[in-house]
Amino acid sequence: MRHTLSALLVNQPGVLAKVTTLFSGRGFNIESLSVAETLDPSISRMTIVTRGNSQVIEQVTKQLNKLVDVIKVVDLFDTDYVDREMILIKVTTEASSRAEILRIADIFRGKIVDVTPKSYTIEVTGDEGKIRAIITLLKPLGIKEVVRTGRVAISRGGKGICL
Amino acid sequence: MKKTGGQILLESLRLEGVDTIFGFPGGAVIDIYDALVGIPIRHILVRHEQAAVHAADGYARSSGKVGVCLVTSGPGATNTVTGIATAYMDSIPVVVFTGQVPTELIGNDAFQEADIIGITRPCTKHSYLVKDVKELAKTVKEAFYIAGTGRPGPVLVDLPKDVLADSTDFKYPENIEIKTYHPTYRGHRGQIKKAIKEILKAKQPIIYAGGGVISSDASHELTAFARALSIPVTTTLMGLGCFPGVDELSLGMLGMHGTYRANMAVTNCDTLIAVGARFDDRVTGKIDEFAPHAKTIHIDIDPTSISKNIRVDIPIVGDARDVLKKLNNLIKDEKVDWRGLHGEWLDQIAEWKSTYPLAYKQEDIIKPQYVVEKIYEITKGDVIISTEVGQNQMWTAQYYQFTQPRTFLTSGGLGTMGYGFPAAIGAQIAFPNKTVIDIAGDGSIQMNIQELATVAQYNLPVKIAILNNNFLGMVRQWQELFYKKVYSSTMLQMSPDFIKLAEAYGAVGLRATKPEEVIPTIEKALSIPRAVIMEFVVEQEEDVYPMVPAGAPLSEMLLV
Ligand SMILES: Cc1ncc(C[n+]2csc(CCOP(=O)(O)OP(=O)(O)O)c2C)c(N)n1
Repeated sequence: MRHTLSALLVNQPGVLAKVTTLFSGRGFNIESLSVAETLDPSISRMTIVTRGNSQVIEQVTKQLNKLVDVIKVVDLFDTDYVDREMILIKVTTEASSRAEILRIADIFRGKIVDVTPKSYTIEVTGDEGKIRAIITLLKPLGIKEVVRTGRVAISRGGKGICL
Repeated sequence: MKKTGGQILLESLRLEGVDTIFGFPGGAVIDIYDALVGIPIRHILVRHEQAAVHAADGYARSSGKVGVCLVTSGPGATNTVTGIATAYMDSIPVVVFTGQVPTELIGNDAFQEADIIGITRPCTKHSYLVKDVKELAKTVKEAFYIAGTGRPGPVLVDLPKDVLADSTDFKYPENIEIKTYHPTYRGHRGQIKKAIKEILKAKQPIIYAGGGVISSDASHELTAFARALSIPVTTTLMGLGCFPGVDELSLGMLGMHGTYRANMAVTNCDTLIAVGARFDDRVTGKIDEFAPHAKTIHIDIDPTSISKNIRVDIPIVGDARDVLKKLNNLIKDEKVDWRGLHGEWLDQIAEWKSTYPLAYKQEDIIKPQYVVEKIYEITKGDVIISTEVGQNQMWTAQYYQFTQPRTFLTSGGLGTMGYGFPAAIGAQIAFPNKTVIDIAGDGSIQMNIQELATVAQYNLPVKIAILNNNFLGMVRQWQELFYKKVYSSTMLQMSPDFIKLAEAYGAVGLRATKPEEVIPTIEKALSIPRAVIMEFVVEQEEDVYPMVPAGAPLSEMLLV
């Protein structure tokens, strides 16, 4: 099973290394990881997508919580949450394909963020299904490069995770 | 008044109540060593940094205090890694101070630079790089706090040379509050009540006690609990001493080289009460067949230990001592004839005990088990015993009856050969008037033999009993049983003359080659107020039994 974990950490050098060392040392897997500071610059927020049965996920969560620099970890699995990822896609363009590419970008509410005579770079935000779909559609037209941010997630409703 | 980083460090240590540092100097920490002169803290100059950590660890295990080491940057720091990993695996509180190159050189591959924080990240409870002298006092306070609380463990503090030379006003914080670190000490009442319900139903319960009982100083509570309820107790290697080995409820150790009765009791119990133990693979054997009929109650301060290897029915996160106290209090009100309730079960266990007791046959050549048994009979448990790793360690666990916590020092989790001798040094420093004996193999003892110089320098009367079988015995045993007796690289074709070696270091060497020399040798060694190496020339191909082959269920023991 795939789980999205959301963690608050002390924003300090070495903390990211602690988290990744924990994952590699214990054979847990990381599908994606994104991290940046929160409103309080001394704290950062990390979203980790990992895979495992419930026992593994329980261990991952407990092990993360045990790290001295980790403030709190929540497994979003059983909660209602919104998740998003952003992708930058560089597509090679030809006169014949330009209109089609623009149309696809438009359908996905993508933005063209860079244009050259031979390429478009498209920015798209969405959940994983949407990202996968646009890749599938653009692939036959010639994708040169993609860069993805990895998933970020937040719970629905008025409550948040806080200290 | 301003103080330098070196002075601040030492002042902080003094205020933490540190009386001893185990260390080895070098360029990066020379400021600390300079400030050390005249300070009422004893510095024990070891001969290898690995030994400094093991000694601090032995000091911590035997005294319950936090052990402290101090080493230089680069090779000094990397030499501590095995010691740190050993302490980490056994949850022992030590604080390791490492020198580091000046801050502006960090990352430059400077002379004697090592990223020791990175290297030790997976085997420390926490670590700090101190970048500003103003942070130093607070960091020391935190390091001791983290090392010694919750599930204890090693903490490393990396000290760049410029930070040590820099100066600032010194003020040691009285209290600390680490907002991300709050170990759970108090067991949840609801869970404890659930556990009691389960215990009331049990007909065939056992207690499985580990090192956590010792680190939380819960032996007294555990013993009271077991005795009041007539529940038999098996301990792990790390738990030896937390329950008197001579008590009629004692099953001895369980696991790979556990007693027949302990392993049979685990396999047949209907309720398993695990306290401060972590279901290590050397304990459980084949995990699916470990305590297959049991409801499991697990008391542990570390939530990650719970349901890690086996499914637990009633988890109780908390300090073993606190939880056992509550259990004892609540269970007092139950009017139960516990002895009657568990009578049949205890009879069954007694029968297992008499069918397959621990046994060996003393013939013409000295049996290693005989040596351990005699050391026990002569010292009567009133000593501190450390071991190396291998057969010597298992025979000590089996044949020495530990009756007191903190009297048995052994590397359980990492299984570090070379641990026992420096650990004995640490214990001897903590308890100058106690007899401390390292029971060793001829292989392991050579891994930190250089510490004979330390022992000589400080007149430490540490005793070493080498069970010399001329082999890396435990590996040889596996080769004999599982690798068709191909003794590849396990025969120690050359060892020093241990008697002359002892003498070369100013210690006393005694050799016993015949069974009748064993007792006089031990007695003589104990009467000499100096370091003594006793060499027992023992049966070369003696095996440790019972043995559960790796991965087999506990009930499938190879018996003699
Ligand atoms: C540092 C280290 N290296 C290797 C091993 C693997 N090992 C485990 S037991 C053992 C044999 C130990 O031999 P010895 O000290 O002579 O003790 P004996 O088993 O003969 O009592 C070895 C090599 C280890 N535990 N630690």
